[in-house]
Amino acid sequence: MIEPRSRTPGTIDREIPTSLNQLYQEVILDHYRKPRNKGHLDEATHVITMNNPLCGDVIELMLRVEGGSIAEVRFLGRGCSISQASASMLTGRVLGKSLEQALELSGKFTHLLHGDGAMLSDDDLGDLRTLAGVSKFPVRIKCALLAWNCLEELGDATDADSGSG
Amino acid sequence: MAKTAETAALTDTRHATGMLATGSPSAAADRGDSGEASEDGGWDLAAIRAQFPILSRDVNGHPLAYLDNAASSQQPLRVLNRVERYLREQHANVHRGVHQLSAEATEAYEGARRAVAAHAGTGDAAEIVFTRGTTEAVNLVASSWGDAFIGAGDEIVLTKMEHHSNLVPWQLLAGRTGCDLRFVDVTPEGTLDLDDLDRLLATRPRLVACTHVSNSLGTVNPVREIVDRAHAAGALTLIDGAQAAPHMLTDVAKLGCDFYAFSSHKMCGPTGVGALWARRELLEEMPPYQGGGEMISEVKLEGSSWAKVPHKFEAGTPNISGVVGFGEAARFLADLGSDAIASHEDALKRAALERLDGIEGLRLYGPRDERTAVFSFTYGDVHPHDLSTILDQRGIAIRAGHHCNQPLMDHFGISATARASFYFYNSPQEIDALCDGLALAAEVFGGIA
Ligand SMILES: Cc1ncc(COP(=O)(O)O)c(C=O)c1O
Repeated sequence: MIEPRSRTPGTIDREIPTSLNQLYQEVILDHYRKPRNKGHLDEATHVITMNNPLCGDVIELMLRVEGGSIAEVRFLGRGCSISQASASMLTGRVLGKSLEQALELSGKFTHLLHGDGAMLSDDDLGDLRTLAGVSKFPVRIKCALLAWNCLEELGDATDADSGSG
Repeated sequence: MAKTAETAALTDTRHATGMLATGSPSAAADRGDSGEASEDGGWDLAAIRAQFPILSRDVNGHPLAYLDNAASSQQPLRVLNRVERYLREQHANVHRGVHQLSAEATEAYEGARRAVAAHAGTGDAAEIVFTRGTTEAVNLVASSWGDAFIGAGDEIVLTKMEHHSNLVPWQLLAGRTGCDLRFVDVTPEGTLDLDDLDRLLATRPRLVACTHVSNSLGTVNPVREIVDRAHAAGALTLIDGAQAAPHMLTDVAKLGCDFYAFSSHKMCGPTGVGALWARRELLEEMPPYQGGGEMISEVKLEGSSWAKVPHKFEAGTPNISGVVGFGEAARFLADLGSDAIASHEDALKRAALERLDGIEGLRLYGPRDERTAVFSFTYGDVHPHDLSTILDQRGIAIRAGHHCNQPLMDHFGISATARASFYFYNSPQEIDALCDGLALAAEVFGGIA
């Protein structure tokens, strides 16, 4: 028999469940509240906007690619802490990388979000590893990937360009 | 039936057993409840909750607090059992066979039509057309009535608080016919600006289509007033009743409108079914919406003639089990009594408003009065999705997002809100749970910025 349990009004249980503590790490909230490289990039060579029509989150990623590598990157957007922190961290990690390397990072990050523990020791991911807690919240994976979808989209567009000669 | 509910009530004591503004005085005294006066002494919340099996489940180790009723409500045993009985004992196609099962299925289906008609407040069941839901009911009017009677330059007046399902069908009609859409403004409090309506009526639009209750703000619009003004300007009226029908007995005669649309799944019935009520003369002059079986009178290769209303609008084999469940849901609500439902919901609404008002950093949208127990809010800089994730860890289901109301969100300069929407089976303890959950969110975010 199940133990009777009832909500006890008045006693506020403020103990934060572990899963939430892992999801909302300080680093993540810091990126959410003080996003890095947020703003317009006037000399962008590539601009991609992705939105999540179900929840209304939007990220616009602006890159300046020079001599084959990402020389400057900024983003604009609005949405939840996970989508915005992930975008902010992205801008820090892809700087100086070639598009190919950035896409490789995107792949690793996706593995991380799907619970691949091996990624936790991959230094290439840097502070992105603090987003590993998202793997416990499958419906939020798409939030964490929104900014990265911009990169993927850019990758696809570039492929198509070179494909058509 | 009563026995089932009783047994369930006995075995499920974990969940809110409190009563709100109701119950016997001794029960109130037992709880040490300072409580409000009992106005509808028959309301036994524990027994009502016991009829909804899902309400006794746990989510993430906590008793479920289901506060997403504006998206979809839960179904009581009575509806679940009725649908099951139909499927086990009575299923056949309707209106087609002479055999016993077909007769029983047809009677179940048409009986549901009478129950739904009674809920809408019409004595003429033929004025009820079954659809897939509110969305399809609006699309039916936009396609059938719209294509037949609307032309380039005609105006249709909507409001800035419409659900996408009472907006996009009209945009499609505008695309097909070249008619113009106009939008009644929303005041900062979240009510309709009726002066703006008057301005838009001056150019004599053909139709005013507006929601009865806003799904994100909870605003109850003054439908009778709007209908009278529209009629005076020569316009027909369509009312989106998706958020009203669950909470109040509709009386289409009192509202005076011409079309009324609502969904089963927001009023204790199954998904995939809903209804369009329309005045019989209108239904009779409108062309069919879709072609197929069921809706015809006689078919020749060159052309066909149509069945009588409402069958003219119900092409193909309908969602029979869904309709049967919808009818049972309407009877269930009628048995509860709309006054009793309204008084419990009103008590919940007032209690929730008072608690939410006291929370620093919480911004509530929508009016204070003339509203339902639907609360859209933002909470400091905690994004609604984050709030929803955090509350979910406590078993509290709310909705986060634009609630199919993007133009309204734009109007308020926000992209999303958190929305807690209550129904008659919710308890005061679930308001406490929500507020405790908000405190937890503040903790997780290290304070509310
Ligand atoms: C006001 C309003 N109109 C229309 C709808 C659409 O209803 P359905 O999805 O059942 O067709 C909803 C429900 O989401 C609603 O809240």
